Amino acid sequence: MDTFLMFLKAFLVGGGICLIGQIIINYTHLTNGKILVLFLVAGAILEGFGLYSPLIEFAGAGASVPISGFGCALVKGAVKSAHQEGVYGALKGGLAACAMGVSVAIVAGYLVSVVFRPRTKKK
Amino acid sequence: MERKTEISKDNYKSYVFEKMPKSSHFKNMFWAFIIGGVICCIGQAFVELFKLWFKVEDASVLASATLVLIAAILTGLGVYDNIGRFAGAGSTIPITGFSNAVVSPALEFRSEGYIYGVGAKMFQVAGPVIVNGVTISVIVALLTLLFGG
Repeated sequence: MDTFLMFLKAFLVGGGICLIGQIIINYTHLTNGKILVLFLVAGAILEGFGLYSPLIEFAGAGASVPISGFGCALVKGAVKSAHQEGVYGALKGGLAACAMGVSVAIVAGYLVSVVFRPRTKKK
Repeated sequence: MERKTEISKDNYKSYVFEKMPKSSHFKNMFWAFIIGGVICCIGQAFVELFKLWFKVEDASVLASATLVLIAAILTGLGVYDNIGRFAGAGSTIPITGFSNAVVSPALEFRSEGYIYGVGAKMFQVAGPVIVNGVTISVIVALLTLLFGG
């Protein structure tokens, strides 16, 4: 039952974040890249005020999977290692915290571009 | 055959708007919510799975990485872009959309070579994301050091 509730919260919060994004796209016609940056920055700033981590605790993957969770992870990592190592840590911690996601995307992107052929989108 | 020839700059815009496919806002929003929610649920399923072997925080990172990997393969197969056509922000905003934004140009610009094609174009969208994210994270961390937050 607990697990089911967690999935429900993940669905509602994750879907809700995407819904907000879609509403912004509908009314401003921003491109995908700008939407990604907008949500990343929003997540990072919210975490700067300590507001995004509680949302992840509440909704799990519903808050950590959207790109705003990526921004949160960057800030969280940077702040955490800044407390341990000062300025050195502030410069190091952000990328270190999300190194895995970025590395997987890069390596997978490279391999996919070697293995697959570009497809024309279905009209 | 009758054909309108009186298309001036002024009425061209309204003409284009008339001919554009009417995509209802409500339908867009509905699918963005459903697909976004489903992707997050799949992420939650991976979190629950990895929690069996790892700490919660590591499980969350691994789950995101798994989603990135799956989205990369789906992009290669041409499936992800088809989902994206009706899911809109529902497929863009989750971390899978970031993966799609890395893999898609890499695939497309392969013909320009592996260094300036794949290597450079890969970061067309992901570059701004990482640049902005890292900059903000460093600024916030320095501010918390300064003000002891």
